[in-house]
Amino acid sequence: MKQNFTISIFTENSIGLLSRITSVITKRHLNIESLNTSESGIDGIHRFTIVVEAEEPLVVKLVKQIEKQVEVIQAIYHQDEETVFQEIALYKVSTEKASEDNLVEKLIRDNNARILSMEQDFMIIEKTGHKEETQELLEFLRPYGLIEFVRSGRVSVMKPNNELYNEY
Amino acid sequence: MEAILTKPQATQLKVSGAEAVIRSLIAENARLIFGYPGGAIMPVYDALYHFQEDVRHVLTRHEQGAIHAAQGYARVTGEVGVVMATSGPGATNLITGIADAMIDSTPLVCITGQVGSHLLGTDAFQETDIISISMPVTKWNHQVTKAEDLPAALAKAFYIARSGRPGPVLIDITKDAQFAEFDFEYKKCQQVRSYKPVPKVAIDQVSKAAELINEAQRPLILFGQGVILGNAEEEFRALVEKTGIPSASTLLGLSALASEHPLNVGMLGMHGNYGPNKLTNECDVLIAIGMRFDDRVTGNLDNYAKQAKVIHFDIDPSEINKNVEVDVAVIGDCKESLNELAKLVNLNSHPNWLDKFRQHDAIEKETVISNELNPSEGDIKMGEVIEQINQITDGDAVLVTDVGQHQMIACRYMKFNKSKSNITSGGLGTMGFCLPAALGAKLGAPKREVVAVIGDGGFQMTIQELGTIFQTQAAVKVVVLNNSFLGMVRQWQQLFFDKRYSSTELINPDFIAIAKGYGIAAKSIDDRGDLQQAIHDMLAFEGSYLLEVKVGKEDNVFPMVPTGASVSDIRLS
Ligand SMILES: Cc1ncc(C[n+]2csc(CCOP(=O)(O)OP(=O)(O)O)c2C)c(N)n1
Repeated sequence: MKQNFTISIFTENSIGLLSRITSVITKRHLNIESLNTSESGIDGIHRFTIVVEAEEPLVVKLVKQIEKQVEVIQAIYHQDEETVFQEIALYKVSTEKASEDNLVEKLIRDNNARILSMEQDFMIIEKTGHKEETQELLEFLRPYGLIEFVRSGRVSVMKPNNELYNEY
Repeated sequence: MEAILTKPQATQLKVSGAEAVIRSLIAENARLIFGYPGGAIMPVYDALYHFQEDVRHVLTRHEQGAIHAAQGYARVTGEVGVVMATSGPGATNLITGIADAMIDSTPLVCITGQVGSHLLGTDAFQETDIISISMPVTKWNHQVTKAEDLPAALAKAFYIARSGRPGPVLIDITKDAQFAEFDFEYKKCQQVRSYKPVPKVAIDQVSKAAELINEAQRPLILFGQGVILGNAEEEFRALVEKTGIPSASTLLGLSALASEHPLNVGMLGMHGNYGPNKLTNECDVLIAIGMRFDDRVTGNLDNYAKQAKVIHFDIDPSEINKNVEVDVAVIGDCKESLNELAKLVNLNSHPNWLDKFRQHDAIEKETVISNELNPSEGDIKMGEVIEQINQITDGDAVLVTDVGQHQMIACRYMKFNKSKSNITSGGLGTMGFCLPAALGAKLGAPKREVVAVIGDGGFQMTIQELGTIFQTQAAVKVVVLNNSFLGMVRQWQQLFFDKRYSSTELINPDFIAIAKGYGIAAKSIDDRGDLQQAIHDMLAFEGSYLLEVKVGKEDNVFPMVPTGASVSDIRLS
């Protein structure tokens, strides 16, 4: 059965590693649902968070092939239940349209979103959450003059302990 | 830091990046390298000029020739092959060889020149992003833009190329890094934090494997190049002999166990032997050692050894369960794991089971082999050419093949006594591999007889390397099996496309005249009566020699497991 898996990859911080890692996935004609790179909190170790939708046996193979890359220190995968994860979404909407109706304000409150910036022509709303939640708000806001939308890749922390954090 | 003998100790020395490259090669004992110069690598070639006594550079006629030669050298010696090329087209011409080395686990260090670092990304003359292009086909690659980073980068490159599961590594060096001067110091690389090339063998897995093996009634071993790359031929033979298990080779595993060994039951795969293919689906325990269940070996996976418990020995964890689900996985260096395993297995023999292989051999012999090796009429057959070579070399020669019918026939029938004697392009199936690889093999093992067996198609893909053979005077024996067709493709057209011979017929030039033009002794035969003498003359000849044998135009290779079929549906005709 296909489902979402989060692959967390801990690596040296070297040029070009991103495409080495993604090519392991794309060469199987598999789409990357989301991708995020950042520091890991361990000095000098970088972290990639990749979400793919696939069957588990395939994900096992992908993870091994990623871990095999010389500059990858560790690659592990998790199902959604085993992680705490978030994505952040930004919505740019027309100030004029949004203020026509104080429904927008209520939407923001009900959805645990917030206004990041308010300009004369537009306002920027921010919401963090799971994809379904940010997507839901997107659908709500569409009628109110949505100008622009962007959602980040997933960032995810695994519930089980990662021994890597003890080693380094 | 030994080995830098002829020049002053390098430690206190200011040297250019270019010279550092050469000194690094010397420190790694890379004394024979292959390549082709050009603008962006000229400083390195200039440095090479001053070190001619320390490093021999073989100028090929094409960068593809250079890398295949380095592969041949690496495969015959077990050392890292080194190839150099300029930026842009020089670098891109290496790609086929890099991909070939990647899939066949051949240790290579490829050094490419790059435009000056201030020009990177500007579409400068002969700039290509070789790092991105080569990424999916290298084990590791790295661009160096500062001279002082060169020794560490090269040390890491050699270490990565040769350790664990070997593979090709590429170091791209900008021209300014070649010119800049710095204090040279070389330290061999011993480890890389993120890289675990040799996983520790788990002894409990070895015991599980031993248990299965000890209980097995009809065990079958499949061995691959891992045995050779792991230097584990002795351990492997000891295991086979103690357990009495019939053992079949992959294409790249050939020569890891002597062909005539009583427990060697032949070759696996699409054109492998009848017995091991058929009986894969009858064994009760399948023991795969240093092989990766390539689709050319397994045929249709849905009907592959489903009845058997499978044990897999491999150094690369990502090979486990990749194609075939296994019951026991022993990850690690097979030299170590086989040694441990041998202690735990019972002394055993499987006469009835082995007899089944003999019965299948008899069938194969009668329906296919006899007529291939000893035909009495008709055109010369590829098989009898190999048989005549066997008569003289008696298993001691190195066989280098290209890709196609001649490859399958040569690998099926050639006898091997010694490991590292079979050099062919397996995973990638690269036509054009043979001639330069044979040159590299001969230069790597000058005392050994190196016989290149090539089809008329593949010969013309890198035919220009006759020039390199001429210039180096490497005594390679080249046998062109000329069927005036792209034979293997024609065979498929005959069998699966109703004989529609679409673009497979070759109108060939006078190969003898070409060889002579390159100063290489040559002869052409098409009569069975001349074959034995011609092979004898070729092998007795001191220098390089080209023998063209005109063989049957529409001969086919059998047995054959058609694509998509199960190994037990192997066809004898
Ligand atoms: C570079 C490359 N191009 C195409 C192929 C596909 N191919 C596989 S075998 C073959 C025919 C080889 O013909 P020849 O070299 O004459 O050898 P023969 O099969 O006749 O022995 C071809 C075209 C290949 N393996 N490699």
